[in-house]
Amino acid sequence: MIGFWKKIYAKHDSVKAYSLLSPALILIILAMVVPMALMLSFSMFTQVNMMEIDYTFTFQRYIDFFQKNLLVTLLIKSIKISFLVTLITLITAYPVCYYIAFYVKKNKMLWLVLLTLPFWTSYLLRVFSWKIILGTKGVINSSLINAGILNEPLTFLMYSETAVVITLTHAWAAFALLPLYVSLEKIDFSFIEAGRDLGLSRFEVFWKITFPLSLPGVIGAILIIFIPTVGDYVTPALLGGTDGRMLSNMIQAYFGKINNIPLGAASATIMLTTVVFITIIVSNVTKKLTQRLT
Amino acid sequence: MNEKNNTLLIYTLLYFGFLYVPVLFLPIFSFNDANYMSFPLAGFTTEHYEEMWSKRNLHKALWASIKVGVVASVISTTIALFAAKAFARYKFRGQKISYGGIMMPFLIPEIILAVAILIIWINLGFKLGLVPVTIGHTLFCTPFAMLILIARIEGFDFSLEEASRDLGENAWGTFFRVSFPLYLPGIVAALLLSFIISFDEFILAFFLTGSDATLPMYMWGQMRFVQKLPHVLALGAVIIVFTTFIVLLAFWLRNVGQGKVKKDIAVKL
Amino acid sequence: MNNSFIQINNISKYFKEVKAVDDVSFEIKEGEFFSLLGPSGCGKTTLLRLLAGFEYPTNGNLLIDGTDITALPPDKRPTNMVFQNYAIFPHLNVEKNIQFGLRKLGLSNDEIVNRVKDVLSLVKLEGYEERFSNQLSGGQRQRVALARALVRQPKVLLLDEPLGALDKKLRDEMQLELRTLQKNIGITFVFVTHDQQEAISMSDRVAVMNDGKIQQLSAPNELYKNPKNIFVSDFIGETNFLKAETKSSDGEYINISIEGLGEFKIKNNLNIAANSSDVVCSIRPESMMISKVKSDWDICLDAKITQTSYLGEMTRFYVQAKGINKTITVSSQHFDNKSFENNECFISISLEDISLLNKK
Repeated sequence: MIGFWKKIYAKHDSVKAYSLLSPALILIILAMVVPMALMLSFSMFTQVNMMEIDYTFTFQRYIDFFQKNLLVTLLIKSIKISFLVTLITLITAYPVCYYIAFYVKKNKMLWLVLLTLPFWTSYLLRVFSWKIILGTKGVINSSLINAGILNEPLTFLMYSETAVVITLTHAWAAFALLPLYVSLEKIDFSFIEAGRDLGLSRFEVFWKITFPLSLPGVIGAILIIFIPTVGDYVTPALLGGTDGRMLSNMIQAYFGKINNIPLGAASATIMLTTVVFITIIVSNVTKKLTQRLT
Repeated sequence: MNEKNNTLLIYTLLYFGFLYVPVLFLPIFSFNDANYMSFPLAGFTTEHYEEMWSKRNLHKALWASIKVGVVASVISTTIALFAAKAFARYKFRGQKISYGGIMMPFLIPEIILAVAILIIWINLGFKLGLVPVTIGHTLFCTPFAMLILIARIEGFDFSLEEASRDLGENAWGTFFRVSFPLYLPGIVAALLLSFIISFDEFILAFFLTGSDATLPMYMWGQMRFVQKLPHVLALGAVIIVFTTFIVLLAFWLRNVGQGKVKKDIAVKL
Repeated sequence: MNNSFIQINNISKYFKEVKAVDDVSFEIKEGEFFSLLGPSGCGKTTLLRLLAGFEYPTNGNLLIDGTDITALPPDKRPTNMVFQNYAIFPHLNVEKNIQFGLRKLGLSNDEIVNRVKDVLSLVKLEGYEERFSNQLSGGQRQRVALARALVRQPKVLLLDEPLGALDKKLRDEMQLELRTLQKNIGITFVFVTHDQQEAISMSDRVAVMNDGKIQQLSAPNELYKNPKNIFVSDFIGETNFLKAETKSSDGEYINISIEGLGEFKIKNNLNIAANSSDVVCSIRPESMMISKVKSDWDICLDAKITQTSYLGEMTRFYVQAKGINKTITVSSQHFDNKSFENNECFISISLEDISLLNKK
């Protein structure tokens, strides 16, 4: 019998691969899939009072969500902020990656390591450092007042949507830089030379050759920035004020002081499905647009 | 290759500024002799650093973060090592789905992972604390560790393992005498980076710790009080220096033995 | 000597639908230098890996020295392998690489030291013990790989295109050296190569493979002189194929009609059926004679040279012969392209140099 199993093991790559993968798959199933399935079922229960939950299935929580103007507004605002962050991060990071991929000749890896280094320092601290900069008594305001340019601090800097967008753009830069660089680095420079040789202008070469070839990086960056930032909690909590509040802050409240776990679970489910849905649309539109360009 | 492009160079340097300057304000103000973080600087002091010695809660939180970080990074790197090997070595049915599944925690907003684990943990009747945080961190670190290890293993010449089997070693002997020593730089890099990720992670800890604070949670608690801010700055500065060192070490290790890149980095760092 | 030292019985190996090795059976003798020759993808490497234990057959079984090794893992087999890229462990020096496989053999320290010393002198690598793989040349790496495998004193040494990565001159030297080495130590070598010259010059016997099947298994000179089918004839050396038809046969001899040449009676070594048009004739370029004047050979044709290429030790002529609708290649050591006026020449063929082959 042991011989039989040994033979099966030796003969099939799939068997070997899955036995190697099993710890990872078990972890994913037990710590992610099952908990998320349970979260989904909780979104169909009802919180009776602080301690009790009614376990009869109902879609009422989803109706509740869309009947509460605040939640819908927060969802839309979260998506809008994420969208802006993704767009700005991509646009600002692209030229940097382009420069490193095509103009830097020596020590490219060093440039890249330096670019991603700030990302590894604590997320909380990076967000906090923007509080130091943008705060009412922060770096910008105190400098301007000291220089005599202002009498009153600029209040819109802090506790606003703008503050949240700037901070998130800074915090998620590495997630745009890495995929963009990887896809640009793969482009054979002779393609660009061939484009020029065939009579395209620099501008045309970029839109017809470079950009379409870097598309996997662009889509990758959209995916890994847009989805997680929708669920960001720290930045809006520290810098957002009421203006910059996002859906996550509300979800946290449902699990915390408001104590309505089913509605919190429903909000989380709605947030995740909406953002995944939008991401699929955005990446497909980007692909289509690029196809039209070329 | 292209000639020079000064416009892009200047832009790139400005972008570096945008990335680095905000982070640098922490260490600057940590030496400032005032409770407010504003210009002009009030004078040099190391008092905020000295203050850290006396904070017992800080020490407790630091110890909690180290415990969670060590356990989570060791488990996730081990799990990721097996998985990376499977993806780099074999072609099999369901490869893409398995890969996507394992990468998921990297993509899903952390708050959702946190909430989901919170619900199941409470309903199983367990107490919140460092255990569920460690589970969450292991889940979250595994995809990172796997990416690093796949990059290492992909360039690996598998005929070395076959040679070892051919020379009479069994599967375990082959792993310990050939694969492990050659993967080692990648493994250490994955361990270090997973540790850093866990050490800095806030959301999962925020939802799952209950009363045992980790270091980021401790800082979060202190950030609300203006008079306590300076020593958070000092702590932050220490953390930044410490992570930078570990990350540079990890990047260096990751590139050891990978041809030209290795020399490049080793010389420069 | 054991004539069936390695037995390969009805071995098949399928990768999904691809039949890499398709129902192959043959035997290898003890102490033989045996080559598996064929184009890439013919199944020769898969067959070698089946012998080494890196693949397991879909069907069939393998015996070495009377023991069934079909289900044994690589580490339990009496074989050792020299890998195509040598697979020298980069984290170990030459000495540690060679010692690697000795640990499991239960030898005393003295024995280990002696064996390593002996094998190093055998492959002429004394003084390189401390070097690492990246400090060695291609030829030296190849020697380390050889030493590492031989030090275990295997019953069979498997070699997977070990000379492919070396440059031409070094390759020729190593061919000679490998052959001498094998004769001296007397163990069985199974050598995989796509280089026909390599296989022919080194081996006692060669199995030519294509599409997962053995096309012909014989001594090197037989392969060249008496190819069994059109594939072997084409793969080994160069040849001209001419359209032909068989007529009547009297067992040993057969009457054939060759396009443009006429009817002849030749030996029917392969027992080819009479009255068939599914046959071709093969004539080697170097078996034909090119001359300025007519000869008295069995066949002599008027021809015109269309192109020549000078190859150093010989010149290759591309000629258009009267009645043949195809360019024929002839090689000669005695002429160069300037010897012919108006490119006119005669091509002579001897009947015994015409081989008759089945098309399929």
